[in-house]
Amino acid sequence: MRFQAFLLKYAEIGVKGKNRYVFEEALEKQVKIHLNKVGGEFAVSRINGRIYCEAKSDYDYDEVIEELQKVFGVVGICPVTHVEDKSVEGIMEAAVKFVGENYDDKNFTFKVDTRRANKSYPKTSMEVDADVGEALLNAYPEMKVDVHNPEVWLHIELREQVFMYSKIIKGAGGLPLGTNGKGLLLLSGGFDSPVAGYMVSKRGVYIDAIYFNAPPYTSDRAKQKVIDLAKALSKYTGPINLHIINFTDIQMAIYEKCPHDELTIIMRRYMMKIAERIAADTKDCFGLITGESIGQVASQTLKSLFTTDDAVHFPVYRPLIGFDKQEIIDKAEEIGTAEISILPYEDCCTIFVAKHPVTKPNLNVIKKSELNLSDVIDDLLEKAIETDEVIDIRV
Amino acid sequence: MCKMQAYLDNAATTRVDPVVVELMDKIYKEDYGNPSSLHKMGFAAEQYVVDALNVFSGKLKWKRKNVVFTSGGTESNNTAIIGTALFKESRGKHIITSAVEHSSVSEPLNFLEKRGWEVERLSTDDKGCVDPEELREKLRPDTVLTSVMHVNNEIGSIQPVEELGKIIKDKAPECFFHVDDIQGFGKVKLDVKAANVDFLSVSSHKIHGPKGAGLLYFSDRASHIPPLMYGGGQQNGMRSGTLNVPGIAGFAKAAGIMLDSIDENYEKARELKDYFVSEVLKTEDTAVNGGDSASPYIISLLVRGVRAEVLLHALEDRGVYVSAGSACSSHKKHTSDTLKAIGLKDNEAESVIRLSLCRYTEKAELDHALESLNEVIPSLRRFKRR
Repeated sequence: MRFQAFLLKYAEIGVKGKNRYVFEEALEKQVKIHLNKVGGEFAVSRINGRIYCEAKSDYDYDEVIEELQKVFGVVGICPVTHVEDKSVEGIMEAAVKFVGENYDDKNFTFKVDTRRANKSYPKTSMEVDADVGEALLNAYPEMKVDVHNPEVWLHIELREQVFMYSKIIKGAGGLPLGTNGKGLLLLSGGFDSPVAGYMVSKRGVYIDAIYFNAPPYTSDRAKQKVIDLAKALSKYTGPINLHIINFTDIQMAIYEKCPHDELTIIMRRYMMKIAERIAADTKDCFGLITGESIGQVASQTLKSLFTTDDAVHFPVYRPLIGFDKQEIIDKAEEIGTAEISILPYEDCCTIFVAKHPVTKPNLNVIKKSELNLSDVIDDLLEKAIETDEVIDIRV
Repeated sequence: MCKMQAYLDNAATTRVDPVVVELMDKIYKEDYGNPSSLHKMGFAAEQYVVDALNVFSGKLKWKRKNVVFTSGGTESNNTAIIGTALFKESRGKHIITSAVEHSSVSEPLNFLEKRGWEVERLSTDDKGCVDPEELREKLRPDTVLTSVMHVNNEIGSIQPVEELGKIIKDKAPECFFHVDDIQGFGKVKLDVKAANVDFLSVSSHKIHGPKGAGLLYFSDRASHIPPLMYGGGQQNGMRSGTLNVPGIAGFAKAAGIMLDSIDENYEKARELKDYFVSEVLKTEDTAVNGGDSASPYIISLLVRGVRAEVLLHALEDRGVYVSAGSACSSHKKHTSDTLKAIGLKDNEAESVIRLSLCRYTEKAELDHALESLNEVIPSLRRFKRR
């Protein structure tokens, strides 16, 4: 075991005011949940505005780092080496060994930064800095000291335990889950919506999801694809209640009674209405989340988004609004949803689409078209909501 | 979900015959030796392979040395095509095939074409059959291989294999003749000797045997082609790799049963197909591809104004399992070459489903399929993609 612990750093939580402890407790809880998924035992505690995860058994380094990188709220992960012999000589020796093991090429500038939390330690932090620095320079003459802008920052902490670390691995950032309620994600099979769910969840928001199914126009494979996407997402967002709604009858009604160039926009308005109903029945749920970005397709012009938003009272969060398609795909690759999104099964959005849909829908015109549905739509919406199949997604 | 089920996708794969499962189960559990091992467990396993060979030599009068067991139809087709190309490279690089082959034939040929071989494809009539006279015209002294399937997997058309074989022998006697018989073996009779066939590809899982097994029959003169697999030299060096004893034994068992009952099964399938076709054509705007001469085991049904994939899912909801004649999706659209070859337009090809029968198929299943079709077609026709 090369590293006996991991020190997790967080950023924004540090500046929170009186409710700072809420964020810290949530983060500690999330770290524990994630570490439970990997092999090995860890003791998780909070020290001085950081989270300390001490390994109590053997573990797989890569697996642990990968899992910790999924915890929202963590900005940096530092692999920590414990020093058994706590005397200054012991620390000097450990530092030489530490650099020897972790850096093949010793031609770099460095600085030693000691923190003395244990005030009874016989030497001051400055003295430890100097002693360790000297020991390193003697052992590795190619190393150079630079106290202003060092390439390697060797941190030593003198506590009940003495430990050192120098590397900071980038974490997911954001805020810990459970500090910001819940949002309902409109999840399709594409690249965008899973990324949108990730982005919002990253700000500490739990996610539920809703998918509109249109059998027999869509297949079991399309549905399974969405379940798989939700599973991939829940590695970051925690458990997801995935609602599956049968949308076929509404789609057919729109198809038969409304102008075809308005199909998509009207369809989206009813999807939003159903999503809002589900969201209203979900505890702590305060918003809808979609993967739209301005101008990507006809239904995502500002005018279309305006028309879609008119259908609901709930706020609609669109974290990808300013993203380009390639930026979205890059993010999807990074979080592991791209390989699922790329599977070719059709969803209802791609099947019932006009050749030339309206790009600048007029709200009044759309509302007038919807009047054609007035005698059936309430009933159809109720029936669609009755088909709600909830799948508990957790990994 | 409906209680009544109708599995009508037997050209995709079939249910394994229970006696086959029983035999394989015994081999997996008791006689699991490697036939190459010298001890008696190895000997016992080897006997199953000998028995399997005896099924084919006994019932079809093939010589045992003219059979190599493979992992299935795709490997058999590849072995014949790539093997012939390598073997005959110095003689000529001209190959003739048809426009309606399965991808396990057309793709290895495309591979060769990209590497400098000249591949010519025989056109078909509107029933999917090639014209033997076109073959006669196209055969040249440097034609090293003609590869034409026996029964088409999509529309069931039966190629005049015997006639083609005679023309090859007459016009280009050095040319090898490969026949993909994956949809025909055990179902539609074919005599490899009368048709002068050099290679015949057979798959196990299309005839109620296990997946992962098949064979390639080859004539004496074709036995010199190089193998695709190199290694321990099993099967006279034609196909290295530990023999899949349970697969081979199960395959042979299934093949024996099919060959013994080929005539009565054919008659039954004929009656069922005739019945189904006469009933289904009562539905407006439908047509059956392949004509009366097509295999009774395959029904290619055009339902105008309905997308095959959607129809397939609607039928599946009612327990009826079929295939779409042409695979397509929003991301890639590929219209079937076969359906194009018989002259269907793109929008027609997208409206073709395939129902395929087997010896277990009952009239009640077809009635259920008919009923389901009549139920779903009108509502699906309400929606047309623009």
